[in-house]
Amino acid sequence: MSDITANTPALPSSPPRSAPLTAVGPIAWLRANLFSGWLSTAVTLALGYLIVRAVMGFVDWAFINAIWSVPISPTGVAQTQACRDLHGSGACWAVVTEKHRFMLFGTYPYEQHWRPAIVCLLFVALYIVSSMRRFWNWTLIPIWIGTLTTIGILMWGGILGLPYVPQERWGGLPITLILATFGLALAFPLSILVALGRRSSLPAIKVLCVLYVELIRGVPLISLLFMASVMFPLFLPEGMNIDKLLRAQIAITLFAGAYLAEVVRGGLQALPKGQYEAADAMGLSYWQKTGFIILPQALRLVIPPLVNTFIGFFKDTSLVLIIGIFDLLTAGKTAIVEPSWQGFGVEVYVFVGLIYLCFCFAMSKYSQGLEAELNRHRRR
Amino acid sequence: MSDATADPRFRRKPPKRPIRLSWADERIRGIVWQILVVGIIGSIIWWLWSNTVHNLEVRRIATGFGFLNREAGLPIAESLISYEPTDTYFRALVVGVLNTLKVAVVGIVLATFLGTAIGIARLSKNFLVSKIAAFYVEVIRDLPLLLQLLFWYTIMQGLPGPRQAMQPIEGVFLSNRGFKVPALVWEPAHTAALVACIAGIVLTWLYARSARAKQMADGQPRKIWPAAIALILGLPVLTWQVMGAPWQVDWPALRGFNFRGGMSISPEYAALLIGLVTYTAGFIAEVVRAGILSVNLGQWEAAQALGLRHGQLLRLIVLPQALRVIIPPMTSNYLNLTKNSSLAVAIGYQDIVSIANTTLNQTGQAIEGIAIIMLVYLTISLSISLFMNWYNAKIALVER
Repeated sequence: MSDITANTPALPSSPPRSAPLTAVGPIAWLRANLFSGWLSTAVTLALGYLIVRAVMGFVDWAFINAIWSVPISPTGVAQTQACRDLHGSGACWAVVTEKHRFMLFGTYPYEQHWRPAIVCLLFVALYIVSSMRRFWNWTLIPIWIGTLTTIGILMWGGILGLPYVPQERWGGLPITLILATFGLALAFPLSILVALGRRSSLPAIKVLCVLYVELIRGVPLISLLFMASVMFPLFLPEGMNIDKLLRAQIAITLFAGAYLAEVVRGGLQALPKGQYEAADAMGLSYWQKTGFIILPQALRLVIPPLVNTFIGFFKDTSLVLIIGIFDLLTAGKTAIVEPSWQGFGVEVYVFVGLIYLCFCFAMSKYSQGLEAELNRHRRR
Repeated sequence: MSDATADPRFRRKPPKRPIRLSWADERIRGIVWQILVVGIIGSIIWWLWSNTVHNLEVRRIATGFGFLNREAGLPIAESLISYEPTDTYFRALVVGVLNTLKVAVVGIVLATFLGTAIGIARLSKNFLVSKIAAFYVEVIRDLPLLLQLLFWYTIMQGLPGPRQAMQPIEGVFLSNRGFKVPALVWEPAHTAALVACIAGIVLTWLYARSARAKQMADGQPRKIWPAAIALILGLPVLTWQVMGAPWQVDWPALRGFNFRGGMSISPEYAALLIGLVTYTAGFIAEVVRAGILSVNLGQWEAAQALGLRHGQLLRLIVLPQALRVIIPPMTSNYLNLTKNSSLAVAIGYQDIVSIANTTLNQTGQAIEGIAIIMLVYLTISLSISLFMNWYNAKIALVER
């Protein structure tokens, strides 16, 4: 007992230990994230090789071997023989150089293309303003009304010295943005009403809302678009006819309304019951309770899934291709119908895809950022 | 809460208020509002309906489903059951439904595997693996499905002709007429082996159940895998051997301008399947990732502390808890894939939408044609959601 004193080492013969492996710095990062074991090393090496091969192949195809423009014969036919001689080893971006105005703006009069271009910029500006939290109040309503009126004036023309352009000649990106924006702007209020109706205590209203949501969600959007294009004319009295674009717009709005209603309902359900009861106890009427207490909190809860649904509908507007409305994708598909450009679908779809990607990626990043910001109070 | 309900004061029902015929009574208000809403919607529907009836009369469009028994006269390129253009519209529509199911079922199975793999890859500790998976998910989800389908179809059409067909593996040909793969010449012995395999799975399940019951009784774990291999693999092989072990492969070969023999996959079906699977897999990957992340880290640590091996940890602790989170969104992804298969009409694969659309163009009976499309999809959607709800209820957390 007495031979253990305060100075006795715990392990008498322990050799001095070597310094620990670095846990910071690039080498440690590489060791932890890329070469943490023999399996990880093997996967890293194999994937690295494949990525280098794929990137080099893509660069070869898209840039090094690519042809950016082709001569146009005096008769206006493009000489695409140089592109065909590549046999797929290089991209023929000439189709994009040649046809980008057509793909973006469709059959809109060529010398008036600045008008749809400004319309697209206005839409983008509208989205940016709407996404800023500073504007999340009543000022958004006049901003939307003003912008949409300006867009209408620019697209139709006929006043302020702008030549009139009939709706049949609109096409390309403006159509996609119009379908998506108006569809969502109309579907959102509808969806709030339906979601409230679905949670209502009044049986008839509840049944109507459940029927609407479940019927719409059970069928594909295509069947609704077909309905809009072939059945809708039968629904209206003789002599009354609604434009094809508007019919598709109605179908998209009804479809989006059902899906958004389910998202909003999720927010209504997630709200603690105490909020409803407290509002009742304050003696608020149903609409006061809903407008001042429930909706502001419930909608805030569901903003991220709402933006995800918006992304979905932005993509789904491309389905109007099937009923022959001239949106961005239809314009892209039509651009390669011309015999001299046949067979260059990949380049066109890459171009159109990049435009969709820009919009959807921005929305998706915005939604992620918003989610992080709104959940800040939950994090410790 | 249980205290409150046990208290006799709370068990007493509030006295019933008599209904007063006044706007101040909320029950009266409710009834008035309901009558108003139902009346408005009912009259709108009635107005649309009367317009429709009038228009049908004026345009002399026949109504009813009598056309189903008429000769269709529309050619269908691929069908699971025998079909001739001289068959009825009804049979053509059945072919369409089967084609839809063919792409939906195969697509759901493949998308589940691919999506799960990508979702797990996104959680990998390897930086490269997780970043590639994240890139895939981001890009695939941000492009319209229709664009992707057209892209794949363009690639299919850009493949060389049958004479210059690509041959990545011996016997597999890729050309613009579709894929050709070797097929087994099907004989009764194969059917018997398949039946034996199913029987083996059922027997294994029964054996596993009894082994578990015995383990519950005496605490001794019993090995299941030797019996499982013997039953699921051994039994079919034995049956096949007993019945003469037929093994004749039908290799595709180039004859003239096209291929003969083997099994063929049309370019339309291939493009649709690839597009649907890669697209839906991007969404399923996110569902799987969220599900795995939802399992508390403490559960992993507790399982490790109990001395479970990695496989057991995943199978017994993590997966059952993750599945509860995964199943509901997975259901909606399956439903979406099925509904998205209707985009087949854009690339010329003859699914129910495409065939019903041709039917309504030929007969002019738009309402019936669209009703058929909607009915088919509602039935499929309801079946999938009923099955998944049943499965969800089975694995849901059993609380007191």
